[in-house]
Amino acid sequence: MILSRSFVKDYIDLDDNLDITTIAEDMTRVGNEYDSAGKFVNATNLVIGQIVECTDHPDSDHLHVCKVNVGNEVLQIVCGAPNARVGIKVIVALVGAKLPEIEIKKGLIRGVESCGMMCSRAELGLDNKFLTEEDRTGIAELPEDAPIGEEALKYLGYDDEVVDFELTANRGDLLSILGMAYELGAIYDKKVKDIDLSHNEIKDNVNDEFTVNVETDNCSLFLAKKVKNVTIKESPEFIKNRLMASGIRPINNVVDISNYVMLETGQPLHFYDADRLGDTLIVRMAKENEKLTTLDNEVRELDDSMIVIANKDNAVGLAGVMGGLTTEVEYDTKNIIIESAIFDSVLVRKASKKIVRSEASNRFEKGLDPKRTYMAIERACTLLEKYASGEVLSGLLEYNQTNMDDKVIDITVDNINNVLGTNLDAKTIISVFDRLGFTSKEKDNNITVTVPSRRLDITIKEDLIEEVGRIYGINNIEGKLPKLNVKEGTYDKSTRLIRNKLVDLGLNEVLTPIFMADNISDMYKEEGTESVKLLDPLFNDRNTIRTSLVPSLLNVYSYNKARNLKDISIFEIAKTFYKKEDKYYEDKKLCILMNGEYFLELGNNKKVDFYILKGVVEELLIYLGYENRYSLVTDNIPKFMHPGQSAVINLNGKEIGYLGKIHPSIEKDVYICEINLDKLLENRVSKLKYKEINKYPSISKDMAFAMDKSITSEEVIKVIKKAGGKLLTDVKVFDVYEGENVGVNNKSLAFNLTFEDYTKTLTDEEVMEVFNNIVSSVEKTLNVKLRS
Amino acid sequence: MKEKIEELKKILDVKLEEATDLTKLNEFKINYLGKSGPISELTNCLRDLDVEKKKEYGKLITDFKNDIFSKYEESKSKYELEELNKKLESEKIDVTLPSKRIRRGSKHPNSLTIEAVEDLFVSMGYDVVDGPELETDEYCFERLNLPKGHPARDMQDSFYITDEVLLRTQTSSVQARYMESKDNEPIRIIVPGKTYRREEDATHAAQFSQIEGLVIDKKENNVSLADLKGTLEVFARKMLGKNLDLRFRPSYFPFTEPSYEVDVTCFKCGGKGCNLCKNTGWIEVFAAGIVHPNVLRANGYDPDIWGGFAFGPGWDRITMFRYGIPDIRYLYQNDIRLLNQFDRKDDE
Repeated sequence: MILSRSFVKDYIDLDDNLDITTIAEDMTRVGNEYDSAGKFVNATNLVIGQIVECTDHPDSDHLHVCKVNVGNEVLQIVCGAPNARVGIKVIVALVGAKLPEIEIKKGLIRGVESCGMMCSRAELGLDNKFLTEEDRTGIAELPEDAPIGEEALKYLGYDDEVVDFELTANRGDLLSILGMAYELGAIYDKKVKDIDLSHNEIKDNVNDEFTVNVETDNCSLFLAKKVKNVTIKESPEFIKNRLMASGIRPINNVVDISNYVMLETGQPLHFYDADRLGDTLIVRMAKENEKLTTLDNEVRELDDSMIVIANKDNAVGLAGVMGGLTTEVEYDTKNIIIESAIFDSVLVRKASKKIVRSEASNRFEKGLDPKRTYMAIERACTLLEKYASGEVLSGLLEYNQTNMDDKVIDITVDNINNVLGTNLDAKTIISVFDRLGFTSKEKDNNITVTVPSRRLDITIKEDLIEEVGRIYGINNIEGKLPKLNVKEGTYDKSTRLIRNKLVDLGLNEVLTPIFMADNISDMYKEEGTESVKLLDPLFNDRNTIRTSLVPSLLNVYSYNKARNLKDISIFEIAKTFYKKEDKYYEDKKLCILMNGEYFLELGNNKKVDFYILKGVVEELLIYLGYENRYSLVTDNIPKFMHPGQSAVINLNGKEIGYLGKIHPSIEKDVYICEINLDKLLENRVSKLKYKEINKYPSISKDMAFAMDKSITSEEVIKVIKKAGGKLLTDVKVFDVYEGENVGVNNKSLAFNLTFEDYTKTLTDEEVMEVFNNIVSSVEKTLNVKLRS
Repeated sequence: MKEKIEELKKILDVKLEEATDLTKLNEFKINYLGKSGPISELTNCLRDLDVEKKKEYGKLITDFKNDIFSKYEESKSKYELEELNKKLESEKIDVTLPSKRIRRGSKHPNSLTIEAVEDLFVSMGYDVVDGPELETDEYCFERLNLPKGHPARDMQDSFYITDEVLLRTQTSSVQARYMESKDNEPIRIIVPGKTYRREEDATHAAQFSQIEGLVIDKKENNVSLADLKGTLEVFARKMLGKNLDLRFRPSYFPFTEPSYEVDVTCFKCGGKGCNLCKNTGWIEVFAAGIVHPNVLRANGYDPDIWGGFAFGPGWDRITMFRYGIPDIRYLYQNDIRLLNQFDRKDDE
């Protein structure tokens, strides 16, 4: 909503010394933010002049050299406008003038001195939509009686000031000059002046000529009046200027009046050409697929959630959004029907979202005051009589289901102070209500407030508390901390521990967007699930939300690689999403991506491989308390992983994730691990507790076996452990060898075994007995050979 | 006898002095201090003397022996140390060569922010809670006093999945879920989380993060705007700068009444006016207010008995302000050069 200072001054005495930015800041202080505040036309040093001589430029085929009388002197100005000629009154930008685009300096134009510039309206910075073709190509021509030497902007009525407010959704009342006047009145403690609704009415009664049928509950108030014999012409300058200052393009006096009254009162009106309309107006729901050509000459397809205004034959307007073309006021219009109504705000909002947003729909959506609906139709009659020579018919067509009563709210002084944390007395509070134009009665600190119907946003006590806080101001209250019971605060420690651990292990944490293309998301989804798609994505390559963090981390990898940043080891903890049997699910996951150098040692750096990734993952799992509870298996490896260098991680027999090398068709030498943290962390961990340290020495023995390459170390260890019994307390692989000595397709695995007894010192004989058992058990079970 | 001792003394002193390394010292020891050396010879001569003389010369010899032995030991330690130092000198390495280590990791700046915020609020007895990011219209809007068709829904254009399921536009949805899960108990929570809105331009990212705060208590305990102000002061001063002031600007959010946008003294210029605060001296940081009675009612709390406040700063914005990161998109780009800047403890 743009506030025109000259417009609002019709209704409130604003001190001329208050500059427009101060007004805007004062409004911000009470909750009405603004985008910009300043002059309607941002130009200085413009006067009215008259061309007294105009000759062709000696050195140009289109420039003129003009002598321009600006009152106290005659200036020589070089001008390229085709309409420059002797006798016309023009706008002269004097030397030193600042226009939105340029600053005027004395200078030579192709060798001829030029002291100023004659301006077009476009050069004044008027919005393009207010300009005609002539306004853009030629200099502005002022009326013959324009006084030479006077300030041009003042003469044109362009010296207005404007504030463009960003209003909150609850303050529909401020979408009107009157509403603004009340708000400013509350700030500056000024009374709002009455609006002029006076006009004559002729004997003919509209009820004899016209009928209104409201056939839907979605219209709560509908008023119509008729005005005969209007003269269509240009609007008076002040109406045109105020419309432009408010951002609306002037059209003709009648159309302008409907917009002007909407700006003044906040009530959108619609004027129909009565002769094209017929004798009936019907308010009904649109039929499915009903068509309507709106004022902007677009054919709109309607549906049955939209309210339309119709005559006997067709829809003639989309209620609350835009009128129809067929009954539009045109240059030959004589008689008009004025509609002033209230439609269901939710339906108007929906319809305008589908069809088009308009000044009217913006106001209907936010709710309207029925008293203004009555006021606006009378005000329109007043202006049509005054500025379009219309004859107002007596009578009013009226359908009213609204409650016109003002709201009465009881509140106490304590209610207010308890919420605001203030210590205001009843007198101060009542003075705030007075300034707002609310009437109030007080007895023993109980206040009964009557809220005018224009303030639709105020319905409960809390709303009144806000009003007191707004107008009184709460910035001087002293901040304190709530008095609350002592208790322990809690937070999700696991996420932080995982983050700490991985950072300690040398990984960078990342934060990635969840949106991606459906084909990518589908590639990484789990079997039996579907990706979750957006109904209305912003971009097609981001139409889905991720099922896995892997593609997000791959993106980070590519981003950095493209910038020649190598050695990327990163992780993210975030949600992933999927759909299964029409239900939606989300999982918290951890994803790790590693590539490039990991161990840094001069001349001997180590690149990430499967075992480094595995080390990082195991460090984490063991740190989280899952030592000896997880295992890696090679069934069911996701198809985007390298089939020979990947594994699925099981915990207590349940799959919780996978790790390994990503499939080389996707990316080279990139290692990935993804773990479902919800599934992992549901496994509880025992409390840390001291375990007795063995008093007796342990004995360590090595053994190595030659075997087929396909046998895994885990398989061998299982057999060793089983045969080793209680005395065997630890087994480690300490060497892998492949080469001539063990034969093709074979390898040698060497193990280091630790034997302990907590009750006595072991003898070598005792250990050797177990050792030999192990050897024969491994040889037999796995069909392998001990190497000597 | 005496002269013999004196003479030997002189000779040995010279010999000892001539032994200038450990090998020569060892030779000296073997030649002169051993059992068949000159000192032993002297001792042997005592045998023929009478008791008095034996005593007298015996003492002289013992003193001489002790003296030469300690001189020898002294010299030996000296040369041993010299030798050791020589050895150590030869083992000298270039300490400026690169260390052997694994690469260094870092937390994402948003994590650094939230860990500090969590620690602060946990210390004041708040619980940190979380909720679903795929939310229903009911929890995201309806239970927060935003019925369908409410014009304020335009403030939060949403990514819908179905007519009823959407990506949450605000962490306030967790307010509703948390209140519903409690059986009329006092509440003190913060909710850090990701949020999504269907808008993207230079200043808006479709994905961003918020931190929600909610305090509900019995009306008799009077949780007021002053408490909200105090709480936000603690927050702002911890996260953005010690001497900041707050400014409450009335605003409108459907879930609070009264509602405020809360500005903080510009931490870049201290309130004098600069490009960051657009010369106003203030930076908008929080949306806040007193919980609307309709929100309490919709989630099972009687507004005649319960009341409280809610607040929500932008999580990304706090991070950007804290570290001077100029563009929200940098937080989601994950340029390693940015991430690596956050690999150490901060000045507290």
